[in-house]
Formats: sequence, C-alpha cells, structure tokens
Amino acid sequence: MTSKQQDQVMVITGNAAAAYGAMLCSPDVVATYPITPQTEIIEKLFEFSASGELDAEMVPVEGENSAMNVVTASAMAGGRVFTATSSWGLAFMYDAMLAASGTRAPVVMVNVNRETPGIIAVSSGQQDMISTRDSGWISLIAESCQEILDQVIMAYRLAEDYDIQVPVMVNYDGFYLSYMAERVEVPPLKVVTDFLSVLKDQPQRQVLLPGKPFGCGSHGILQGYVELRHKHVQAMERAKEKFDAIDKELENHFGRSYGGQIEEYRTKDADIVLVASGSMCGTIKTVIDRRRDEGLRCGLVRLRMYRPFPWERLVQVLKGKKGIGVVDRSVGFGLQGGPIYVEVSSLSAKFGDIPIMSFIDGIANTDVTADHCEQMIDQVLAAAQGEEYPELTWVCLENGQE
Amino acid sequence: MIEVRFHGRGGQGSVMASRIMANAYVRIGQYGASFPMFGFERRGAPVTAFGRFDAQPIRERTQIYNPHIVVVLDPSQRYFENVYKGLRSEATLVLNADSAFTQKPHQNLKTAGIVNADQISLEEVGRALPNTCMLGAFAATTGLLPLEPLTEALGDYFQGSRLEANIRCLRRGYEETEVTYF
Repeated sequence: MTSKQQDQVMVITGNAAAAYGAMLCSPDVVATYPITPQTEIIEKLFEFSASGELDAEMVPVEGENSAMNVVTASAMAGGRVFTATSSWGLAFMYDAMLAASGTRAPVVMVNVNRETPGIIAVSSGQQDMISTRDSGWISLIAESCQEILDQVIMAYRLAEDYDIQVPVMVNYDGFYLSYMAERVEVPPLKVVTDFLSVLKDQPQRQVLLPGKPFGCGSHGILQGYVELRHKHVQAMERAKEKFDAIDKELENHFGRSYGGQIEEYRTKDADIVLVASGSMCGTIKTVIDRRRDEGLRCGLVRLRMYRPFPWERLVQVLKGKKGIGVVDRSVGFGLQGGPIYVEVSSLSAKFGDIPIMSFIDGIANTDVTADHCEQMIDQVLAAAQGEEYPELTWVCLENGQE
Repeated sequence: MIEVRFHGRGGQGSVMASRIMANAYVRIGQYGASFPMFGFERRGAPVTAFGRFDAQPIRERTQIYNPHIVVVLDPSQRYFENVYKGLRSEATLVLNADSAFTQKPHQNLKTAGIVNADQISLEEVGRALPNTCMLGAFAATTGLLPLEPLTEALGDYFQGSRLEANIRCLRRGYEETEVTYF
C-alpha cells in the first residue's frame, strides 16, 4: 500500500508507530526496559535491529533507571538516542531524568501514559506525565497513531537543535492509543533523513568523550548554578516558537501539520471552548461538529505541548471567549482543579474574567465518551450564560463506569 | 460508519481479528481503527475489542456502546447479556458455535451468521484459534468486505504454512457460515 511521496501505508498500533518513528531517525543507542503498555515499542525496535533496518547499539538494561543513564551518557558523548517507558518505569528513572535535563542531554523518550504507582491500575491516565512537570524536560502529547510517528521525528529536531538541547518526552494515551491499530503513513527513510539534516548544518554540540574531561552542567553552586538554570529555562522558552516552526517544516516534507504548540479546532468564532489533550480530542472534535450543526459556536484547543506551557498562544486563542472548560486526564492533589486547568486559569488575568471550569475525566481507563463531551459543553454553555457553576467536576465519577 | 464489537477470551485472537479487519478496510481505500479493552493480559480472561470502519478518517477514540455488528469468538458467551448490550436495531451477530439458535437471542437482531470456527481452526491450524475463520464468517454474513483484501491483510500477520492455514480458515469461514434472517 502506498500513497503520496511513496509513503508506505500501514495499519499499525500507536506503539508500532512510535517504533517506526524512532527507527527512521536512525538512533545510535537504544536502551529500554519493558512495561505495559509500552512493551510493543521495544519488541518492534529489536525486530528492526534483528532485520538490519535499525543499526543501533541495543542495550537491554535491567531497569528504567539504567535505561535513562545509558541514553543520557550516550547523548552526552554525541550520540542520537531513544528510550521508551510508562508510569512505574518513569517514576523509577526520575532522578536520572533530572540528570538528563540538567546536563542538557538531547534524549528523546516516549512515555506511554498510564496511571502511577499507589493504586495498582494497569490503565490509561496522564498522571505520570503530570508528575514530571518540573523535570526540565520538553513534554509533547499526540492524538493519533500518525501523530505519534510524526512527533517522535519532530522530537529529535527539537531536542538536538543547537539552540535548544533539552530532552524531549513524547506522550500518548496508553491502551486507547498504544493498542489502537489504524492507518499510518510511514515516510521513506530519505524523507526523514532530509528533515533531520538541518541538525547537521548546525554547530557541533559539545561532546563528553573518554580521556577528554570537562564540566558539562552537572555541577554548580551559587552563581554557577543560577546561570545554568537560567540558560535551561531560556532554552525551554525558545522551544515554543521552535516547535511551531518545526511543525510548518513538517508540512513541507511530509504534507502534514498539526498546529505547533496547540491545535486550534473551530475556535475562531467560537463562544465556548474546551481545552484538552491526547486521544480524547478526536472524540471531542466529532461532538463539536455535531453541536456546530445545531448552531452552537464551540471549538477545541488541543494542547500538543505540555512543557514548556504554551501560554502565549493560549491567551491569544482564548481571548474574547465566553466560557472555557479544561479537561484533565489526571488529578491535582491539593489543587482546586485538574493540573492543566490550574495553569489555564492562572492566565485569566490575561484573557479576561470569564467562566473557566475544570473537568476530570478518563483517568484509570474510564472512557471519555461522546456523551461526556456533550455534558462538558452543556455545562460550560450554562456557565457562559450566567448560571452558577462548580469550579471542579469529576465527570468520570458522576458517570460511574464499571 | 460501521461499529463492530468483538467478544472473546484472551488467546482466541479477538484483537488480531479486529486489526486484520481494519487492515482490510484500508486496503480497499477506506479507514479502519480498532482497539481492545482488557485489564491485565491473561489467557482465558474476557476481551472486548472495538472496530470502526468508514470511508472517512475515524476520529472517535471511545469504546463502542451501540454496535451495528457483534462478532462473538467465544462460544460460551452466546447467551451473555453484555454481548447484546446496546445493539442497534436491525443488528448483525457473527457467532462461533456448533449449533444454531432455537430462538432469536435479542430483539434487535436481524441477521445471525453461525460457523463452527473452533472445529475449522482445529482442522486447519491444529488449535482452536477461531479468529481468521470468524473474519470469513463476517464477510459471508455482512457482505461488507470481499475476501480478497482480507486474504491480503493476513499476509501482514502470518507467514509460510501458518499463513496458508489461516487463508484456508478464512475461506472455510466464508463458505461454511449459515446465515439466518430473523
């Protein structure tokens, strides 16, 4: 099966799409440890390695902490690296993740979103991603299997860019996308290599090699520390516009684009806007189309970048709206709403005093149904029309699912 | 859009059946999306898979509550209430069983295709792996998909003698399905 520009059309899962994306970027080192719902990525990559399609040093480590240390060290030595994990595994590598970002190692990692340790739940939820909010990583979120493949490729452009040099985590919903099989256009290796070739034209980033010791951001006190932190924060700021630019370039090379930091779906003349991320956005779009047909001016802002938080573009798109609902697939312990809601509502001084509602839905594999999306739109509409509203609604609790 | 729900048990190949169906739809220039829902992966545990098939790209990422078609790979579930839950009117059932119904199992059913997929796969593959046979039964009962793209799709999942055995299962499923119109 082929389509435009000799893409190979395949019906593959989100996990397989992630593995194809990584393979096409020709990493030098892959270090991974299996965990549900990510395991298929590793199986695929080892298949590619065995068949010769992937010429990488494959390191089957004894745990995620080692996986992150191996890819960080390899990236610092100048290699292109890949790893993937989920939930427990992400928690187990947290200190090594901080080392990766602190040393500005351009690691690319896929995190298949799953609920975190505590309550044993082999199920979807973004709590793992949320818990790495302040790790200094760039965090992206995909909606479809195609976007997973494209985002892994874009992640290398972002992580390894000379002006950025920050590790990137690509997130997608476990179960709902990891095991979703759908049509994916897999680009030829040459197209991906061309897309990544700009990195070769940039200055060589500093590499740490045996016998050539130098300080590389791992130590610093007082002003030294402050300076390193400040540089890291500035790089994160630059990553926002860079991601928009990479998305536009993707269109030229692949014929696809997604909107950069955020996707604005029918928001231009919308009164009511939902802000959401991940796989649920596909369902929300179908509901928005249906409500539009009935005359309701509603739209969706899909967050594609969680860190750095795309607040400038959010303010731009949310200004002048009459009501906003933010859907979180995670909880905010000790917060007055979902974690992403809290961040969006902190912008209200910039986009105006309008009702903003927090919805928690989809945690622990609860299904974000079309009916839930209707309910959320109805509630935001009522709030926009002046009715009293609760700041926080647990949609998945009120619509109890077995 | 056609919404299909697959009911089976871990090890019967329900998930693979739903994926092969999506693959076949893409081969005829349409779209297919399928995903399973289960807790811990274990053989014998109930598995539900969801398949959506359409001429347009599929955006829904939710479970299926009102299927047009249910495909039941596990004979023991033929009288389970949740198999028929939310059936649309004039719905279709494709069932792996060794006997016909004596009465209509659900008021919304209009068509039922029954095939002894366990027996056929025992003969062809050597084990009760009903999934590919059920794809043939799906084609025979619904008329929605020709055998050709399904046969081609099998090549993405099986090789060699296993592929040949599964192609035989698919064909026999198509030929040996008995369709009842209620």
